[in-house]
Amino acid sequence: MTRFFVIILRELRIGLRHLSDISAVLAFFALVATLFAFGVGPLALGDLAGGVLWTAALLAAMLSLDRLFQPDHDDGGLVLLVLSPVPLELVVLAKVIAHWLTAGVPILVLAPLLGFALQLPEGSLSGLLTGMALGTPILSLLGALGAALVLGARRAGVLTALLILPLVIPVLIFGVAATDPANGAAPVLFLAAMLLGALALCPWATAAALRQSVL
Amino acid sequence: MHALANPTRFMRLAGTILPWTIAAAAVCLAAGLWQALVVSPPDYQQGETVRIMYVHVPSAWLAMFIYMVVAAGSASFLIWKHPLADVAAQAAAPIGAAFTAMALATGAIWGQPTWGTWWVWDARLTSVLVLLFLYLGYIALVNAFDDPERGARAGAVLALAGVINIPIIKFSVDWWNTLHQPASLTRLDAPAIHSSMLVPLLLMAAGLFMYFLAVLIIRMQSAMLVRRSRALGRVACGTAGPQA
Amino acid sequence: MTAGAPPLFSGEDIACQRGGHELFRGVGFALWPGDALLLTGPNGSGKTSLLQVMAGLRPPSAGRLDWHGRDIREDLAAHAGRLHHVGHRTGSRAILTAEEDLLFWSRVRGPASRQRCLLALARFDLLRLKDLPVQALSSGQQRRLALARLLATPADIWLLDEPAVGLDRSGLASLEAAVARHRGSGGIAVIASHTPVELAEPVRGLALEQSGERVPEHGS
Repeated sequence: MTRFFVIILRELRIGLRHLSDISAVLAFFALVATLFAFGVGPLALGDLAGGVLWTAALLAAMLSLDRLFQPDHDDGGLVLLVLSPVPLELVVLAKVIAHWLTAGVPILVLAPLLGFALQLPEGSLSGLLTGMALGTPILSLLGALGAALVLGARRAGVLTALLILPLVIPVLIFGVAATDPANGAAPVLFLAAMLLGALALCPWATAAALRQSVL
Repeated sequence: MHALANPTRFMRLAGTILPWTIAAAAVCLAAGLWQALVVSPPDYQQGETVRIMYVHVPSAWLAMFIYMVVAAGSASFLIWKHPLADVAAQAAAPIGAAFTAMALATGAIWGQPTWGTWWVWDARLTSVLVLLFLYLGYIALVNAFDDPERGARAGAVLALAGVINIPIIKFSVDWWNTLHQPASLTRLDAPAIHSSMLVPLLLMAAGLFMYFLAVLIIRMQSAMLVRRSRALGRVACGTAGPQA
Repeated sequence: MTAGAPPLFSGEDIACQRGGHELFRGVGFALWPGDALLLTGPNGSGKTSLLQVMAGLRPPSAGRLDWHGRDIREDLAAHAGRLHHVGHRTGSRAILTAEEDLLFWSRVRGPASRQRCLLALARFDLLRLKDLPVQALSSGQQRRLALARLLATPADIWLLDEPAVGLDRSGLASLEAAVARHRGSGGIAVIASHTPVELAEPVRGLALEQSGERVPEHGS
């Protein structure tokens, strides 16, 4: 178990030394939201704010996926991780947690600020944050699968988005629905269920993809 | 199933089966089109436009079914290392994508007179659209590697992830649809289909299925030939002797 | 080395395919405690792939590998736990310091001790560079850092893929000394190298031939 935390700590240490990567993801998040404001005009924003924030968060999360496994693949560390006594599924989980802490949580922190800027309705903020707190880990889990699948591929970045974005449509649907208090608790519960499902299945599939990529 | 595991035996068997599937596809499609366009009555509400259903609905069925074929092929490739399963999965995917595109196109053409618009964000159409994205992602991933083996393996994992996700996507899209659209749209499929419509529908479905089988066999045959010639080509490069 | 004792680590009739193309077949070896195996063969003959097969990373297309007479595929995790694999790429992250990197990998493998890591760095003459980020090290120094992992945690089998690339004379001497100590304590070393590495006798040899003579079969 300590090995699990050793991996998380290493990833966090690397993440903190590449602070510009984290700020780039956040800047992208804010930029996409701003683009929507320009695109639809300030008057129509209020009702759209939840959907805009979620879409921007999805795209920003996609942008951060290439640092999950690509550096390990490039420097040969992935082989050592596959050969380590830690089950590869746990290695994946540790990296996903570290990724969520360095990509999902910053997005979560920035979301309320952008919510104010986009005139998110008063009662929607708690729903947005609850939804994102449950949804962003799903993005990290599914994103890890995508990032592992494209290791060694040509045009890996755009490919990850092409593979993963269709799979995260349910997260978007329920996440945006959670921002509307009229929908009650159902969307949040669906998100929680999907998070549990993704937690159970994604590390396993990602580990399978990683084992193939080291050959 | 294990008799098919041997590539040589598969090639022989495929050569025997192929003419029969082509013939069956031709017969079923001819009879189905005749039934659909001539024999079956126009709908009392939609008139003649209902006839596009005989292409649209079987296409949507096949689009779904072929994704299952891709997933099943991927599973047997990953789990049992069946040497032909990945060939089958990769050969089936573009056919499935084509049927998905056909279902979307015919849906749009059908929607114009029925709904007065080419596209509505109806739960079914939207789900089929997402299915098309899943197909495109799979095809892109399989072809993104210089090593075809690696592409096959990555694609197989993705196909399985996709097939687990399809029910969740379908559910979420249905839920989303009830959230955003009052159920005022006329449902396209009547709950009970009269036999005068069912016969052409099933004939068309059988014909398109046979067509799928025929194209699948042809695509698998050519994939096997490509694989063999690639192996031979590498040998020739490796020895590079005067005889090569 | 006793003639009667069964080998500790052995392979029998191993074949390996890559990209649908057979690299080699019918390869076998038998190693007793303290043995060294030198893999030779031209580029593309499958030395790296054979080392991956020995590590359990790549499934052989035929044949079996045994540890203590038991197929390694029965428990690949345990097999991975008893070996060190040093490949072409060093596995060190550029942004971490040499010491952080070595400590991380020894903690992941365990049992980790900082003392042992420092000793390993000293053996490969990296002690004064331990606080430099890996990206500031030369490629030969990065290679030494990868080799220092061999000493930071114990393992029965060392699988070394071109370990001497980029090493200077003293680095090579450190490597040779490390291999000698490892073998002296009953370890096994498998080395693929084009650079001559001086190894104490007895050294077993395994020569792979230029691949590609055979047409890959598609059933029969």
